[in-house]
Formats: sequence, structure tokens, C-alpha cells
Amino acid sequence: MKYEKRFSNRKFDELREMDAKVGIIERADGSAMFKIGKTIAIAAVYGPRQLHPAFLRNPQRGILRCNYNMMSFSGSGDRVKPGPSRRSREISMVIENALMPVLDLSDFPNAVIDVFIELIQTDAGTRCAGITAAAMALADSGLTMKDLVSAVSVGKVGDKIVVDLDKEEEDFEGGATDIPIAMTPRTGKITLLQLDGEISKEELDKALKASRDACNKIYGLQKKALKEKYGDKNV
Amino acid sequence: MEKSKLLVEERQIVVPGDILAEGMDYLPEQGTFREDDKIIASNVGMVSIKGRLIKLIALNGKYIPRTGDVVIGRITNVATMNWLVDIGYAYEAGLSLKEATSDYIPRGEDLTQFYDFGENIMTKVITVSRAKMIDLTMKGPGLRKLKGGRIIGITPSKVPRIIGREGSMVNMIKDATNTQIIIGQNGKIWIHSDDPLNELKAEEAIKFVDNNCHKDGLTEEVKKFLEKK
Repeated sequence: MKYEKRFSNRKFDELREMDAKVGIIERADGSAMFKIGKTIAIAAVYGPRQLHPAFLRNPQRGILRCNYNMMSFSGSGDRVKPGPSRRSREISMVIENALMPVLDLSDFPNAVIDVFIELIQTDAGTRCAGITAAAMALADSGLTMKDLVSAVSVGKVGDKIVVDLDKEEEDFEGGATDIPIAMTPRTGKITLLQLDGEISKEELDKALKASRDACNKIYGLQKKALKEKYGDKNV
Repeated sequence: MEKSKLLVEERQIVVPGDILAEGMDYLPEQGTFREDDKIIASNVGMVSIKGRLIKLIALNGKYIPRTGDVVIGRITNVATMNWLVDIGYAYEAGLSLKEATSDYIPRGEDLTQFYDFGENIMTKVITVSRAKMIDLTMKGPGLRKLKGGRIIGITPSKVPRIIGREGSMVNMIKDATNTQIIIGQNGKIWIHSDDPLNELKAEEAIKFVDNNCHKDGLTEEVKKFLEKK
């Protein structure tokens, strides 16, 4: 099915309007907000601190524990049932896996770094917004990191490869494929790649290429937001 | 061989993943690491270049204990033979009977009469083991229980700025507000005065230093700030 023009009047490789802010939660060790279109993610980092329950402890290195949560009023439509669900548990796990490659926690055996990701408003692309916010929050908390992590969803709507799908596009009648991707922008290595739908090899290649440019744009904003928090004092 | 290239300036703020220099002529120090022929930042920090060495001055992050640090801690647990102390690190530190007091303590004595739950102490780190076991001591000049006053927390990496050159900054705040101030290396600061308003004034001044840490001529600014109060 043909998809001539995007519902939001964007170009096919255009991201939604973005905003990022670091250091929004005073009592957290690190925190950040990332907004892309109508999706808003807030991430807070606590730790390294003692891990309970103790059987989860790893005497070799610290562990990263993420908690993804959509607030009950956040969805575009029905009320989201509060509390952990099968979906949020899985997304928490993939976010952990997406962030872990840039962290070095060997200095903190038996300890935990808690990352809480709260979605206060959602319009698709929540796990990507969550990862992007969490990466900034981790850097803000002063942890040693090899790189930041930027994430974006790309995909196929109808017959077109598009960047940064919104909810309307995800539900496109003619079929939509959603591919959330997270990568370390400096090296271009992929830390998260999921795929929901159908896509050919050639189209996937095209989508991956498009995600690289989009991630670089997000990376630029992440850097700007971090420097804004610390740079202001330097003027 | 190609010439090495420096990509940042002194005092520039960088974030993890930023490339600081290319080529083998520069050497990575604290807060940076080498990947192939590049030097890359691993923390948020301010660049400091000394000859061939590139390092980052940390702007955030938790306290990491080192042997000999004088810190302010809070008693979190009283066991049969020792106390556990929260010093703002990922792990609790231990204060053993032997290091806590030189008094004779009979078997089965109630240890809370020496240091009780929730009490604050000024203490010193004697060992940090690889397994992150931290031992504290109360034997040393000035190490004691902190009674009264208030304790505030600042970013541990900014402690040297609060102290100032040979204590110039903290002494100025002490004199201007007529308070006693003890600064722990872990970013905990104890302020005491007979008049709580003075404590409040000193607290505001310290927060001011914490927030304006990287400005030039900070001592002058704090002076002005204190005079206004």
C-alpha cells in the first residue's frame, strides 16, 4: 500500500522535534529528560549502592538494574494499567542490555546502579527515548562510560522507509514495520535492534543507514544538553 | 609519522565519547582512555592539559575513599564488635572496637553508649581493600563525634574549592558567619554555631561556592556574597 505523505507532514527522514535537559531531579545522582515529539522520557540514576536482594549480587562487577515504567496517564488513549507488566519487564531488560556495553562496573563489585525510566507522555518510540535519556543520566551521575548511547526507531510504513515513527504511523493500515535501534554514536556499534513486522534485506539496509544519521542528530542534542548543565558554570 | 593533533582546549567541558586528541604523542590520564591512536573522554569533565598528559577534572560523581581521607559519616548499624558507618560510598565502612576507643570495654557492654545509631562522626579512612572493605579509625587529631549543628552535602569533587588555597575559602566563611565548619573529603560538611541563623548563612555561602565552582575570582565573589548577607 502506498504511503505518499507522512501524517505529521514530516520528510521521510525527518525526526520529530526534540528537547533534552540534564539534572532535572535534585535528589538523584544523575538525571535527564528527553522529549521527542509527544513522547517524554525521564531517567533517574541512583548509585552505585548496595544491592538487595543479596542473591542478585555479582562479586566480579556491579550490575545495572533498569526499570521502565509507563505512567497510567501517559498513553494516547486508554489508561495504562499501573505497575510492572510483561511488556515493561522485557523493555527494562533490553534497555539494560543496550546500556551495558558502554559501562565499566568492575570497580563496584556487589553493588547496583539503579536506573528508573518514567514515561510521562507517550506517542511511540518510548524505549528509544528511554535509552537516550538514561544514557545522559548515567553520564550526569559521573560514571565511567566509553561512549553515550543514542536510540531511534526507524521502519517501513506502507512502502516507504521512515525515521522516528509516531503512533499513527505504527498503526498504519497498509502495514508498518517498527525497528528500534540503539547505537554508540562514536563507533557506530549497535546495542539494541528489535524488529516488529516484515521487511526485506535491502530495505533493512536502507533503514539502518537512515538510523545512523538520525542517531547522530540525537547524539548532538545529548552532548549539548550535558554541556549546558556543566558549561554554564564555566562562562 | 603523522603529527599528533589536539582537538580540545584547556578548561573545555567534554562528555563521555568525545575525542580529545589524535596521535600517539599525547598520554591519557584520569578520566580518559586510549583507543587505537585516539584519546577519548570517559567522564563528564573539564579538560586539563599538562605537557603531554591529558586529564579530566571531574565535575560530578560519587565519593571514592582513599587511605588517609578524613570524612564525615553516620552510624548505620551497631554490631557486637564494630560499628557500620555510611560515608557516602557504595559500600558501608567498618569501625572496629580497637580503632573506636582506647577505653577498656568489658565483654557484652552496650556499644551504643559510645556511638549510637544515627550519630555523626568525623573519622579517618585507614584501609581500603580490593574487596571494597573500608576500615575507619577514631584515633587521630580532631576525630570525634559531631554533636549539634547541621550536615550538608556537596559534590565531593568540589571539596578542594570549598577549602580554598590553604583553607582561605573556608576560613573566610567561618570568620564572616562566626561558625565552626568541618569539611569531610566525602563532600559532607558539618556547620555549627550557637545561633542557627549563622549556620544558615554559612550553608548558603557553601552552596554558592558549590554552584559557582568554575568561575574565576571566586574568592572575591564569595566575599561580596557574604557582605550582602
